[in-house]
Amino acid sequence: MKVWYGFMGVVALMILAGVGVQALGLQTLFGVVVPYAAMGIFLVGVVVKILSWARSPVPFHIPTTCGQQRSLSWIRSSYLDSPHTKFGVLCRMGLEVLCFRSLFGNTKMAVRPGPKVVHGPTQWLWAGAMVFHWCMLVVLLRHLRFFAEPVPAFVGAITSLDGFFQLGLPELYLTTAGLLGGLLYLLARRIWVPQVRYISLPADYFSLFLLIGIATTGILLRHFIKIDLESVKGFALGLVAFVPVLPVQAHYLFYVHVFLVSILLAYFPFSKLMHFAGVFLSPTRNLANDSRARRHVNPWNAPVKTHTYAEYEDEFRERMVGAGLPVEKT
Amino acid sequence: MAETFKPDQMAFYKQDELVRIDHKPPTTAWMRTKPKFKIGNFIYPAKPKNLEYMGFPNPRVWSPTDEDWKLPANWKEIILNGIRERLDKYRSFKVFMDICVRCGACADKCHFFIGGGDPKNMPVLRAELLRSIYRSDFTTAGRILGSLAGGRPLTVDVIKEWFFYFYQCTECRRCSVFCPYGIDTAEITMMARELLNLLGLNVNWIMEPVANCFRTGNHLGIQPHGLKDTLEFFADDIETYTGVRVDIPMNKKGADILFVTPSGDFLADPGIYTCMGYMVLFHELGLNYTWSTYASEGGNFGLFTSHETIKRLNAKIYAEAKRLGVKWILGGECGHMWRVLHQYMDTMNGPADFLQVPRSPITGTEFAHARSTKMVHIVEFTADLIKHGKLKLDPSRNDKLKVTFHDSCNPARAMGIFEEPRYVIRNVCNNFYEMPENTIREQTFCCGGGSGLGTDEMMEMRLRGGLPRGNAVHHVQQKHGVNRLAAMCAIDRATLSTVCEYWAPEVRVTGIHEMVANAMVLKGETKRELDLRGEPLHSQEAE
Repeated sequence: MKVWYGFMGVVALMILAGVGVQALGLQTLFGVVVPYAAMGIFLVGVVVKILSWARSPVPFHIPTTCGQQRSLSWIRSSYLDSPHTKFGVLCRMGLEVLCFRSLFGNTKMAVRPGPKVVHGPTQWLWAGAMVFHWCMLVVLLRHLRFFAEPVPAFVGAITSLDGFFQLGLPELYLTTAGLLGGLLYLLARRIWVPQVRYISLPADYFSLFLLIGIATTGILLRHFIKIDLESVKGFALGLVAFVPVLPVQAHYLFYVHVFLVSILLAYFPFSKLMHFAGVFLSPTRNLANDSRARRHVNPWNAPVKTHTYAEYEDEFRERMVGAGLPVEKT
Repeated sequence: MAETFKPDQMAFYKQDELVRIDHKPPTTAWMRTKPKFKIGNFIYPAKPKNLEYMGFPNPRVWSPTDEDWKLPANWKEIILNGIRERLDKYRSFKVFMDICVRCGACADKCHFFIGGGDPKNMPVLRAELLRSIYRSDFTTAGRILGSLAGGRPLTVDVIKEWFFYFYQCTECRRCSVFCPYGIDTAEITMMARELLNLLGLNVNWIMEPVANCFRTGNHLGIQPHGLKDTLEFFADDIETYTGVRVDIPMNKKGADILFVTPSGDFLADPGIYTCMGYMVLFHELGLNYTWSTYASEGGNFGLFTSHETIKRLNAKIYAEAKRLGVKWILGGECGHMWRVLHQYMDTMNGPADFLQVPRSPITGTEFAHARSTKMVHIVEFTADLIKHGKLKLDPSRNDKLKVTFHDSCNPARAMGIFEEPRYVIRNVCNNFYEMPENTIREQTFCCGGGSGLGTDEMMEMRLRGGLPRGNAVHHVQQKHGVNRLAAMCAIDRATLSTVCEYWAPEVRVTGIHEMVANAMVLKGETKRELDLRGEPLHSQEAE
């Protein structure tokens, strides 16, 4: 059911764009107005969200320590997993963001007869996530060739590397396959792994189907419809320069593609997709394990009602004296 | 002959029934599945007198099995305001509410899920219990899209569910090791418990120690003269077993070091032997130290209550250090105590500028890593002593022990003290075996009774939650003949005894300093034949 909500949501959006362009001639709406609005929502939304996170302080120093602390000089501390310097934190965060290191250490548990509880390494989720995210990044960078003139050299380099195997014409990029493959894997495990299905929300499926829709329409446009790339580039450059020009005779799927991307952008700040920024602000990962060496200051550290020694002694003085314990007041 | 057992007794639970665990979730969606309260899976509510003593809201007599929980009339407003306040005060809370992608990496990392199979014990779903309310009341998408965006209305049933599952989390942080964003369920559970506390939904196993600690200085409610008696009783035992009479400095002004340990070490077997171990060590070193009756608790059940309560209880330690004029503070073997000391104390009650950077009077080592809090872990202190050859040790005295080491959750994942205890253990005993690698160090499993859940009415969940740990102990028991589980945590020493009895019978639990003291060759000792438990040092069968 939850899968269907997500799926139907994306299908409905596709139909909306298709009909809007094909039957109602709303090219300007779907090609210009919506993308600008979406970009606006994306930029403002992401900034607002990050500022909202940043506005809340980090009152306590709570890194999750996954390695040996720095203590005695002759014990080797774990620079990455229990960093005691800013640079160590930077390395830990870098590996987390670029390589999904925590996920790489994932394990799978099983209770066998006996009972015997076993935990073995499993890297499938890590691999799927890595393939999807990195391919997504490369696909995004490849799209820069539409938005910049002249095309930056690194974009050309990535693109030619990506098409290394020269399969088909126009050649199939590895990252295109990786992107779609990664997404399909993530979708499949969400549907088939019972626990993951149980925790999944319609919104989780929606994000996946939205990305799958974007990838699929992109593939169709490049490999089957073989859209005129020059006019697409003219359109993209126009958008960037704020003098939008609609592509001539563009297939309606082009507008569907653009519309889904717009929806993704507009949906982004309000969704779990914000994890891309949130991970940098996670206090269990971005703090050094040095809380006994350097005092962490809590900006709202409020006074509390304590039970003072004087109050304590007042209650127990007689018994303390009786037991021969020293007291302040006799 | 069949004895009848009650659900708060271990023997009530038959192992073959308990291990029939179905990890497949039910067919009903989680938002429509209600928890079933029964003896064994929840903890009795806090007694009104304990809430009153602490000035906590809504003290009353109630039971989770009642239909009416006697919540204040404006409970919904209290909760929503409580969430708002905490979102503004804790970035962790705000970020963790927003960024989970429900990848499920944490799902099979929780000991309660592994041993119980209840899907709401998957960390992700535990957090969703709170996140769903956050979404529907605090986010744009949730307000517009409702359940499609994962929101749900705040009802009394939601509150009941929170009470059930946020007191089935031991705040062990194992899930946060695996989360790609470091989402820490302990942090979420702490927020949820604070919210529940606002409505007067507390558990007595936590609130009684809190109230005790506030008044008498320790969780157990031991009064000053009682503590003196206890330590003297230990000294008598030590004298019987070693021939050495240790001194017991208490509330001593002008001591160099204030020693603070969890009060569990004063009362329960086997924690008391660890306490005797400290006393032997300090005496042998001739350390100018003192116990305190006012700060007679290192542990802090405030950690399981609210941030404000942590601070209220923890304040005693620095206050007492200042009053007594010591140079620095030494802390005993405890788990959550060290989370508070390492990650909260300095921030909450510091700066401790009236103390000096800790320096071992025996070796001269400066503990620079504790230069701000001025508090050192006793295992760091002892490891340094051993490294400098300051202890005369005869590890063969522990030869009857085949030891494995349980990394306690908080020292592991909120401090990172892994090598010091291993170094000490290897120096005081000859037979040491590690448990499987996915069950130790930062991946260590909770005893199942942490964060104030270690009470007998929680027996079923404790046994279930203890399965991963107990099973790993059982593994090394079979493989290497392990018969002793070392742990530097007072809660562990109490709860793992039950876990071992159930999942790895005949393995007994020990603190590290019990083994240290047994191995120490003391000045003026008589021929050592008994260990600190009064048991023969060498087993009868040994040749």
